[in-house]
Amino acid sequence: MFEWMAWTLPVAVFFCAIVAMLVAMTVWELKSPTVLRRGFLPIATTRGDRLFIGLLAAAYVNLAFVAVSERMVGWFGLEEEPSIWLSFFASMALLALIMRKG
Amino acid sequence: MKPVNQKAWLLILPVVLCVAFSAILPLMTVVNYSVQDIISPERRVFVGTEWFKSVMRDEDLQGALLRQMTFSLAVLLVEIPLGIALALSMPAKGWKSSAVLVLVAISLLIPWNVVGTIWQIFGRVDIGLMGAALAALGFDYSYTGNASDAWFTVLLMDVWHWTPLVALLCFAGLRAIPDAYYQAASIDGASKFAVFRYIQLPKLRGVLMIAVLLRFMDSFMIYTEPFVLTGGGPGNATTFLSQYLTQKAVGQFDLGPAAAFSLIYFLIILLLCFILYNWMQRVGTADKTGAGHG
Repeated sequence: MFEWMAWTLPVAVFFCAIVAMLVAMTVWELKSPTVLRRGFLPIATTRGDRLFIGLLAAAYVNLAFVAVSERMVGWFGLEEEPSIWLSFFASMALLALIMRKG
Repeated sequence: MKPVNQKAWLLILPVVLCVAFSAILPLMTVVNYSVQDIISPERRVFVGTEWFKSVMRDEDLQGALLRQMTFSLAVLLVEIPLGIALALSMPAKGWKSSAVLVLVAISLLIPWNVVGTIWQIFGRVDIGLMGAALAALGFDYSYTGNASDAWFTVLLMDVWHWTPLVALLCFAGLRAIPDAYYQAASIDGASKFAVFRYIQLPKLRGVLMIAVLLRFMDSFMIYTEPFVLTGGGPGNATTFLSQYLTQKAVGQFDLGPAAAFSLIYFLIILLLCFILYNWMQRVGTADKTGAGHG
């Protein structure tokens, strides 16, 4: 029944990760409610705010990487374009940083 | 902490279901299309991040984005000061005030595509009032042939259409300033400019923020008016983001790149909305602390 919408496995994994994140955040919130606090971000944030900001920042990091990865070959003398996994891990690290210290 | 009854959340379940069907599922479909090359309903290939690459490196898109930013900034630079000036010069009381309010609001009631058509005719050199007048004054004006003329006309059209919104917001903001402030200013012998600079402008902060952000978001998503007026031309001088997207998705039926581009557009709007939301909230709290001091 999903055939006509052309669903693919990576997209399914992506959305499962998002749903898992939402569920995990809900459980976390129930176990220990979040406190509004101020980190290095210019506004006071709750845990959910930081997740949102972190995910948005992660998306921008990946997009920026994709935009310049072609030019990186010239900049760093690479033999082929750097893998998108590099920016994926960088963006996840950024997400973790924003979640903890933001 | 007082325990809160969370059962009310169940009442929004129907809305959640509707939104899931009308917004979330389609958005998921867009994400799904953005990683595939849909050749035909039967034939499709998974391409990973290829579309994002091609879209992010697309010079036409970068051009459209740059034009969009320039346009939105120009809109703000013209409409905000003009709106404030208009609001300051509007009569405050009596039938004149009502009459001016109605007159000012008229352009806001006109549908977008009609605004485009109005200006299309208005700017024509043969039959349009503005076009013919400019031609008679010796200007070589043509919004279909000259890129800067097209820009000027699109910008003027947006200013004509939306400055009244800024003016009405500011007018409401000005009316909310208590008389005591003006009395204190006149006792101090403050000049008109000082009254504006130290009373009216700070008190307008809240509405101005809303006006700036509303106009920024709206102009960022502008489609109909330039589409009707110039069709994005001459060349692609007035092709803004949403029109470029439509060309891709509907015109050329490139679902993959169009989906990738929509997601990028979505991310830009999401970021702007987030900033808008936080800014407006902060304006609210700033006003509260201000009231506490005063």
